[in-house]
Amino acid sequence: MAAVVDRGRSTLARGQRLLLTFARGRKPEALPIRLDRRRIYIVPTRAGLGYALLLLVMLAGALNYQNNSALLLTCMLGATLASSMLLTWRELHDLTLRSVHAEHGFCGQRLPLHLAFADDHRSRHGLSIEVDGLEQPCPLVQGPGRAVVSITADQRGWIDLPRMRISSTAPFGLFRTWSWITPAQQVLVYPRVLADVQAPARNDDPNERAAGGDEFASLRDYHAGDPIRHVAWKASARHDHLLVREFDRATPGQPLRFDWNALSGIDRETRISRLTGWVCDAYTAAHPWILILEDRSSFGPANDDAHYHRCLTALAELP
Amino acid sequence: MKQRRTRESGAPPVATMDARAFTLLSLTVLCAIVAHAAHLPVWYIAPLAAIIVARWWRRRRRRGRVSGWSRAAMLLATALAVFAKYQTPFGPDPGAAIVCGLLVLKLLESETVRDARMAVGFSCFTLMTVLLFDQALVMTLVVGLMLLPALATLRALEPGLPESGWLAAFRPGSALLLASLPLTLLGFLLIPRLATPLWGSPNQGMARSGISDRMAPGDLHSLLNDNSVAMRVGFDGEPPAADQRYFRGMVLWRFDGREWTPGFAARRPGPDAPLAQRGDLVRYQVTLLPSHQHWLFALDVPIAAPRDAQLGPDRTLLASKPVDQTLRYNVTSAVDYRLHPDRLPPGLRRWALELPAGYDPRARALAKDWRAKAGNDDAAVIRDALTLFHTGGFVYALDVPPLGRNSIDDFLFNTRTGFCEHYASAFTFLMRAAGIPARVVVGYQGGYWNNVAHYLLVRQSNAHAWTEVWLQGRGWVRIDPTAVVSTIEMADAGGDNGAPIGGSIGGWWLPWQNRMDIINRWWSQSIINFDALSQSHLFRPFGVNRTDAQTLGIALAIVMFLGLGIGALLASLKPREKPRDALAAAQLRLQKRLARAGVVRGHAEGPGDYYERSARAMPSAAPMLRALSTEYLLLRYAHSEPPPERVRDFVRQVRRLRPSRVL
Repeated sequence: MAAVVDRGRSTLARGQRLLLTFARGRKPEALPIRLDRRRIYIVPTRAGLGYALLLLVMLAGALNYQNNSALLLTCMLGATLASSMLLTWRELHDLTLRSVHAEHGFCGQRLPLHLAFADDHRSRHGLSIEVDGLEQPCPLVQGPGRAVVSITADQRGWIDLPRMRISSTAPFGLFRTWSWITPAQQVLVYPRVLADVQAPARNDDPNERAAGGDEFASLRDYHAGDPIRHVAWKASARHDHLLVREFDRATPGQPLRFDWNALSGIDRETRISRLTGWVCDAYTAAHPWILILEDRSSFGPANDDAHYHRCLTALAELP
Repeated sequence: MKQRRTRESGAPPVATMDARAFTLLSLTVLCAIVAHAAHLPVWYIAPLAAIIVARWWRRRRRRGRVSGWSRAAMLLATALAVFAKYQTPFGPDPGAAIVCGLLVLKLLESETVRDARMAVGFSCFTLMTVLLFDQALVMTLVVGLMLLPALATLRALEPGLPESGWLAAFRPGSALLLASLPLTLLGFLLIPRLATPLWGSPNQGMARSGISDRMAPGDLHSLLNDNSVAMRVGFDGEPPAADQRYFRGMVLWRFDGREWTPGFAARRPGPDAPLAQRGDLVRYQVTLLPSHQHWLFALDVPIAAPRDAQLGPDRTLLASKPVDQTLRYNVTSAVDYRLHPDRLPPGLRRWALELPAGYDPRARALAKDWRAKAGNDDAAVIRDALTLFHTGGFVYALDVPPLGRNSIDDFLFNTRTGFCEHYASAFTFLMRAAGIPARVVVGYQGGYWNNVAHYLLVRQSNAHAWTEVWLQGRGWVRIDPTAVVSTIEMADAGGDNGAPIGGSIGGWWLPWQNRMDIINRWWSQSIINFDALSQSHLFRPFGVNRTDAQTLGIALAIVMFLGLGIGALLASLKPREKPRDALAAAQLRLQKRLARAGVVRGHAEGPGDYYERSARAMPSAAPMLRALSTEYLLLRYAHSEPPPERVRDFVRQVRRLRPSRVL
């Protein structure tokens, strides 16, 4: 019995995959996206099949006992449940996705997407959107519909929106209707944040350093990418690993200086991530900073939102 | 809101019911159980209802299934109760009891959404089984309404229900139920009926109701208190007079000292009793409710048997199969007639005079006495007997003291209290003892004439027994000894008085009762009685004489597809965008016109920009458009409530504007 059920399930899954290849809405398309009848799919759920079986049993009973009242009741239940298919379908029909707006998010985190649907004076209570394998309910009540879903971002830069499945089983859970949408829109993902190494104290410009003179603060373990000249050789000799000197944070007013070229010995992505981490730290601390990239283009100094986003966008867009 | 895991992430979602869904589920189950109260004992239903309420109460405090031990105990208790009451798990009543018990058990273990869906389905099934016991219109309506909590539960199991308001859960189900009524009726009409049942006999073990084929003292008692409808009779022309409404059911020949049975005489083969009919015939239609018996009832003596029935040797009607569904038949009867007028065959005469030896000596002696006094005059003997019943201190009553071994003697000389069957029995006995051939006839007498719809309503309480004696030259003559009894010891003797309901005559509600009964009659004739035969005549108005199951199936499929198509069409209709006020309406109208002329307003375009763009696109209307734009912006944004005369002006100008496409 179990084997039969399993086989049935796997056949069903295979069928669904096969159907998927024919399904509409797989190719990216321009907004607004309106769900018309050609791209709305609907099948009974497992509960729906169970109720179909129940109705068959009731039908057989009513017919066998030649009981017309029971037959009428069966017809009534059957007609009602079958018509619920239309309500389920109506949950999606004419739904129009007007715009997608992504919040800022870092690679490796979930990125909230704000979906705005056209206001068509209807409530769609049972909508849920599945994206990246996570099903997220987003009921739309009367008025302009807004929904927030989140996608996983595992790559920095401009990424295409993933395919989303909008589905619903309302009102009775006997049918599942769904439609695929893939808005042709890109969202920007900021690079991964690497916070293992503290930002360089003040600036590492050797010229300025000579004039300034560092306030030595403490020792910590060496991480790949630390400037060689920060290594405390004498202290390291007493341990079996390298130690580096930490310096006091720069005094306010003097901008921090995050230089691409000052980081060496690590791969490109780690470099970007570390710079991102520093930018974030400086932004949180509201400390002005300068970001200097590979091509010597520099941003700042500043510590406001615009600067922050400009820096992160530049880092994300690095080739 | 909790997030449900998807199929990709492995295990199926295990979502539990919220409090509202559980309350609705409890209500659904309670409805299904209470609907069975009509035929299951109260001591069984009441604890089940109490368990439902207790479970609901407990889950409000603490979620979780009831422990396995409690459930096992309840299962055992259910089994014991069913066994104690019925001694068998088979049959409709024990079956219904078991279904109810299992349904409540299911509620005890219902915790997840999946459980709840199963419990709702099970409830629907339980509701359907109620109708196997009672098909009446009211019951069907009640059970139909009980689907609403079931649908509401299904709705509440789905996410996205507004937090407040119980009606919100009921709304989609009720609306959908109403909208599905046409489809329901079409399905009901078109689903092919089975000519023969798939399993079992349809009414196996079902309680037999109505008159039975034996009559012992007190047998009719429960029937005379039963006000349910036995049959309805509509006449072509005037109905017979009230004292002529005797519907013969069967003839009982044999008396064994205690009870009357048909005996061999009633099963004799051979030609029908010779009938000489005089006067006018009465034509009428009988709608007989299921009696699960073979006999049909006809006024006095029917001339011929209706379809699917035959004429018995005593001119009674026998259906070819038990009346398990409401049966409608047409009969023609003779009210003025001579049955066996000239000669009673010797065999029949012997049967009609046979008395059990060693019973009721005093009654025999009394009859001999009369005979000796009257000589050959049978009529005088009959007169003596009727006089005895009329003046001998006899009382008509339904509360009858028990009778001893010599039941006739006991009745005639001691108790002197009884109802129709006592009088018919005693009278027939006396006649036979006096040498007059006599037999007992059981059937219905009287009935209530519905003046609104012109038909005779005959209830079970109209069941009656009387006597037929054979007189030389006149044949079998009906004599109703009960009719001569002068003392009636009850106000509501439902029996022989032909009162509508509960024996009460008149009252302001009588017209409503009449109407209700018309509806009930329609229900039983059109719905309950709609069978394979009526179905095969379904398309007769369209020129198809016989419709077979295949045609019906095709018609059903077509109807379903059409229904779905129409439904989809209706469902895809957009709700009309309602403008907030006259100004908005005018502006919407202007936009529509401009759009037709080729300038469509963008989603993010303000009215000022839009009209400016339109003005540039159609220079001929530009000044007008610019003026309208300024006016609109002023009216909309410069006033909290725009002055009505200026709005009217605006509307008029919009109407005058005829934008023409230039670009």
